[in-house]
Amino acid sequence: MHKLLADQAGQKVLLLGNEAIARGALEAGVAFASTYPGTPSSEISLNLFQIAQETDLYFEYSTNEKVALEVAAAAANSGLRSMCMMKHVGVNVAADALMTLAYVGTRAGLVIISADDPYMFSSQNEQDNRYYGKLSGLPILEPSSVEEAKAMVPAAFELSETLGEPVILRTTTRINHSNAVVTLGALVPPRTKGHFEKDPFSYVTVPAVSRRLHARLLDNITRAEALAEESPYNFEEGGGSWGIVCNGVSYTYVADAIHDLGIEDKVRILRIGFSHPLPAERIGTFLAACEKVLVVEEGEPYLEEAVKAFAQEKGLTLPIKGKGQALFSRLYEFDPAMVRRILADYFGIDCPPPSVPDLSDVPEIPQRPPTLCAGCSHRATFYAVKKATEGLDVIHPSDIGCYTLGFLPPLSMGDFVICMGASTGSAGGFAQATDQKVVSFIGDSTFFHSGIPGLINAVFNNHDLTLIILDNRTTAMTGHQPNPGVDMQELNLDGYGQVALEPLVKAIGVQHVTTIRPYQLKKSIAAIREAVTFEGVSVVIAEEKCALYAKALRQLRGKPFQVSERCRNHRDCINDLGCPAFYLEDDRVRIDADICIGCALCAQVCPENAIVPLKSKS
Amino acid sequence: MKPTRLIIVAVGGQGNLLASKVLGEAALMADIPVRMSEIHGMAQRGGVVESAMVFGDARSTIISDGEADVLVGFEPAETLRALNKCNPQTTVITNMAALPPFTVSIGRGTYPDLKQLQDLIAAKTGRLIALDAADLARTAGNIMSVNIVLLGALCQTGILPVTAAMVREAIKTRTKAAFVDTNLKAFELGYQAAA
Repeated sequence: MHKLLADQAGQKVLLLGNEAIARGALEAGVAFASTYPGTPSSEISLNLFQIAQETDLYFEYSTNEKVALEVAAAAANSGLRSMCMMKHVGVNVAADALMTLAYVGTRAGLVIISADDPYMFSSQNEQDNRYYGKLSGLPILEPSSVEEAKAMVPAAFELSETLGEPVILRTTTRINHSNAVVTLGALVPPRTKGHFEKDPFSYVTVPAVSRRLHARLLDNITRAEALAEESPYNFEEGGGSWGIVCNGVSYTYVADAIHDLGIEDKVRILRIGFSHPLPAERIGTFLAACEKVLVVEEGEPYLEEAVKAFAQEKGLTLPIKGKGQALFSRLYEFDPAMVRRILADYFGIDCPPPSVPDLSDVPEIPQRPPTLCAGCSHRATFYAVKKATEGLDVIHPSDIGCYTLGFLPPLSMGDFVICMGASTGSAGGFAQATDQKVVSFIGDSTFFHSGIPGLINAVFNNHDLTLIILDNRTTAMTGHQPNPGVDMQELNLDGYGQVALEPLVKAIGVQHVTTIRPYQLKKSIAAIREAVTFEGVSVVIAEEKCALYAKALRQLRGKPFQVSERCRNHRDCINDLGCPAFYLEDDRVRIDADICIGCALCAQVCPENAIVPLKSKS
Repeated sequence: MKPTRLIIVAVGGQGNLLASKVLGEAALMADIPVRMSEIHGMAQRGGVVESAMVFGDARSTIISDGEADVLVGFEPAETLRALNKCNPQTTVITNMAALPPFTVSIGRGTYPDLKQLQDLIAAKTGRLIALDAADLARTAGNIMSVNIVLLGALCQTGILPVTAAMVREAIKTRTKAAFVDTNLKAFELGYQAAA
């Protein structure tokens, strides 16, 4: 039995934030869950995916976040409690559905998890999704701890049903990827079959309907604001004339700082956990009791601007600060010492700095940058593209996935990356705007996610480009989640369809489509050269299962290679491929047999044919 | 309970997250408040994995520069890289078995001299315990138990509110049954090596 299904209310367990959120959903009787994987949200989905195999819960990996929200919106409007998880930038993809879903609302509870990533540990930006509350008009809840994250999920479902609209539960990486001791609540059996009651004048958003729905949304915001005024998630602590307004993990840093500085009797805290719409009265009353106020929030000055506006409405002129020089930054994440220092500074109290050692005499430590794995088929494809386009001026738009790492030397394959799917759209723009060749890269999951419209666009507008689909048969970067191209039978899961890339690409109207096996280097180079020479849109599908995924499925067949006596130390292998299985020993290239998966790419690159299979017993 | 702050740094695949999970479970069994956070963005692709654990009465799950009471490094260069988390009182426990980054393996970067590395750490912190955890893990019967060897050394220092007995219990109940015996042996070897 899955550990999150333990039906022992009152038991204390150590859970990852994302496990706590999944458990919270089960304690809310969630019936339907959908997602597109993305760090730091992925473990919520992984746990629900596993749990769905043991229970009545319906879970799906949708093709993208917009689709995930649409299926969840339909389920919730059929009466099933539904949850939809995504990383912060995923909400951008889902935003079109989100904005009008806010008008339409929901019958059963619908909770949308937005997992933000301050500091961009594994993201392309650090946008602050609290603004989606303002933009859509929907309520936002924000936990400060793992325990609270679990508790907030059932509360978010209740709130969603009270207001008849989706609720956004916004986390940050330090909630998702922290562990804490959580007390289990009772599991609630879900209602698993819904029924859709037709009501086109509420659900079909033609202008006449939407005009009424928008007015209802504004009424709902007023109702939500009244709930925010009373919410236990907006609470005050302490007493004194120095005020701190804070949210999320910042609250924990503030609480520790006040304790460490011994100023419990001087400071009052207003912790905002129901952060859209904000409780104007409550904040106003709080401000009226303070002489000066500091707003502590990671990301944008979302609270700060609102707090200042509320003060203005109340006619209060006390100093209110948050972001600014010598104060908090809009960049990256906070840490306890930073919050303690700025807090002490702002309120004018002593705070001895931590005694950080002088590290000026520590020698430079070599970096440990993430690299493509030993035997990664992307390396083979990148190398083949490099060889096939030698001497040409080529732009390589790339996309989001492991293969983004191809932009690093020695492969240097990746010139423009902004968001999921952009490799296909931007490729068309580069092709049209320049005389440079365009060879772009996209992974299989990203192609299904949002690459297809860009390819259709290229065919329709007759752009001259080559798209390489790096088809490693899984969603590798986020932990090998399924995508529509995956053979689910290999995972012993029945009842799934499968979408094949080549017929799909051909059906789009691409005139030149080839599928290569990237480990077959000569053939791959020839096929790519032909595709690049083709005028118009060409697609090369580089098909080879992710080595880590193949290993997990026990499908790796390759035997390790070794460098033989024939080696003349040209080092093309190391210099051109950069596979982490290589190392130098007494200035000679060696291959670590524990890491080498036997892809044989280097053996095909070596000018002396010096790289040969390792004898099974040497 | 006054907070005790522990940083663990490792290279992806060294079992850092399991080690912190075992410590966390041991704390839970003993009713010691514990919070931890982990950063493992690209661990599978050769990156650094860092976990922070805060035992006792604190709300934060991360540890600022200069504020670790203990630093456990699973790899010597990574221990050195994490020195910014230490202060002159910090106890540092490091595995001395090097896993040179790929950049060094192919001759594009110099791995720090291990003697100098030890001297630097010893000079800037309260106490340094350096051991070849890979060797001890091999002796215990499984090279993969480097993490548990280091847990043994950590428990020997007595800095954490979690005792060796609690961690042994967590190893028995929270690590894979097939590895419990080697893990317990690895734990004892690490414990003795740090004495």
